[in-house]
Amino acid sequence: MFDKYIICEDGFRARRDGRPGGELDVRMPYYRGLFLSMVEAVDLVLDDRAVPREHTTLIVHGTTYTFDEMPHVTDDRWEMGERAVLAFETDEPLTPGEHDVAVSIRLRISYMPVPGGGHSRKRLPLAPGAGEAA
Amino acid sequence: MTPPTPTSGSRHAISRGVSLYSFQEEYFLRTMSVEDCVAAVADMGARGIEVIPEQSIPGYPVLTDAFVTRWHHWMRAYGTTPVATNAFLDTKLHPDRRLTLDEQTSSVRRDIDIAVRLGAPIVKATINFSPEVMEAAAPYAEEHGVQLLLEVHAPFHYRHPWIVEHLEVMDRVGAHVLGLMPDMGIHVRRFPRVVSDRALRDGARPELVDFIVRTYDDRGDTHALMDIVNYRGGGPVEFALARQATHYIWTDPKEMLAHMPFIGHVQAKFYEMTDDGGEYSIPYEEIVPVLVEGGFAGCLSSEYEGNRHIQDAYDVDSVEQVRRQQSMLDRLLGETA
Repeated sequence: MFDKYIICEDGFRARRDGRPGGELDVRMPYYRGLFLSMVEAVDLVLDDRAVPREHTTLIVHGTTYTFDEMPHVTDDRWEMGERAVLAFETDEPLTPGEHDVAVSIRLRISYMPVPGGGHSRKRLPLAPGAGEAA
Repeated sequence: MTPPTPTSGSRHAISRGVSLYSFQEEYFLRTMSVEDCVAAVADMGARGIEVIPEQSIPGYPVLTDAFVTRWHHWMRAYGTTPVATNAFLDTKLHPDRRLTLDEQTSSVRRDIDIAVRLGAPIVKATINFSPEVMEAAAPYAEEHGVQLLLEVHAPFHYRHPWIVEHLEVMDRVGAHVLGLMPDMGIHVRRFPRVVSDRALRDGARPELVDFIVRTYDDRGDTHALMDIVNYRGGGPVEFALARQATHYIWTDPKEMLAHMPFIGHVQAKFYEMTDDGGEYSIPYEEIVPVLVEGGFAGCLSSEYEGNRHIQDAYDVDSVEQVRRQQSMLDRLLGETA
C-alpha cells in the first residue's frame, strides 16, 4: 500500500565499512510497525541480479540483523515509515553511476491468509559511502 | 473522563472524531507529526481522537512517560478527547506457531493498559480477534473501565457466523465490556471509483473493469467474478479488482438498529469525498439517520482509506478529504437533530 515509498531515493550508497557492496534505505509498505519476526523477506535485485539473502542484513534503528536472526526477533520493531538500511555485499565494488534496484518485502500479517508486503523498483545514482570522498 | 461534546442538535448524542489512521500518508512520509494530526482534527471541529498506537507511538509497545505527558498536553492544548485506540492481535508473531490463548490475552491486556494511559475508554479489536480471546480479555477490560469493541469489517457482516459467535459472547459478558465497532465499509453501495480508476491506470482492460463495477453496483453475483475475468482473458490487475469486488459488501444500514445496544463507536470509513461534499460509494445520508434513530451515543470517527488508491497519480491530501467528510457528518447530524 506504500509500495512507491519502499525505496528511499536519496538512500543508495556504497557500504560504510569499505567492503564491496552497498546500502539502500528502505521503508516497510504497511500502515503500522511490526516486530521483526513478522518481516519474512526484504529481497533485493540489483541490476537484474538477485542478491542472495545471506549476503544481506537489515539495520533497524542502529541494530544489524541477519535474515536468519529476524524470525526470532520479537522485541524490536520496524516502525511505520521508518527508514531501515538494507546492507548487502557483492563480489566486486559497485560501479559509480546509476543502478537498477528492486526490492520486494514480504510481511506476515496475522489477519490476512496470504502474505502482505509490496514491491518497488527504481533507478538510482550511487552515492559514495559515508566517510569517502565524493 | 468526559465524553466529547455532541456537535449539534439535541435529538442525538453523537460526537465526531477522526482516526489518525486517516493521515497515514502524511505521517508515513513524516510531513505531519502526531501533534500535527491532532491539530488538524481540532481545526476541522472534530473533538474525538482515535489512534493506532503501533502506528503513532514510536517505541511501541513501550509507552514512555514522556510520550504520555505530551499526549495529554496535546489533548488539553487542542481541546480534543481520546475516544479509542486500535489493537492488533499478532497471532502469527512467531513463524512456526500461533500464539496461545494466554499469549493472545496478554497482548490484549497490554493494549488495554496503553488505552488507559492514553485516556481512551474504548479499544478496537481487529476482526481477527476470536470470540475466545474477547471473552478471556473481558475481565481485564472491565476491571480497567475499558470497552473492547470488535470491528465489523467487510466482508463480514452481522449475520456472518464469525460475528454471530462473537455476539453470543457479547450477550453473555455484557455490552458494558464487549461490543461492536461497525466499519462503514460494510455499507458500500457503489464500487469505489478511486479503486477502479487505479486499476485502469495500472493497465486493466476497460471492458473488464466496467463488467466488475457493474456486477458489484447491480448487486450481481460476485462469487465467480475472478473466474469470469479469467475466461475473458484478464490478468493480475483485473483479478485483484475482481477480488476486491468480493471484499466490499452492501449491508442495509438499518441492520445496525438490532445491534445498537452493542455499538459503542463507529468507523466512518470513506474512500473519496467528492467536490460536492458527498462520499462517492457509501451513503452516509442514509447511515446517519439510522444512528440517530437507534439512539447511538458514541463517536463517528473518520477513517480515510483513499490515499493508497490515488497516490500513484495524485498528491494525497488526507486533511482536505477528512475535512470534507467531517463537514458532511456535521451537516447530516445537524439536519437530523
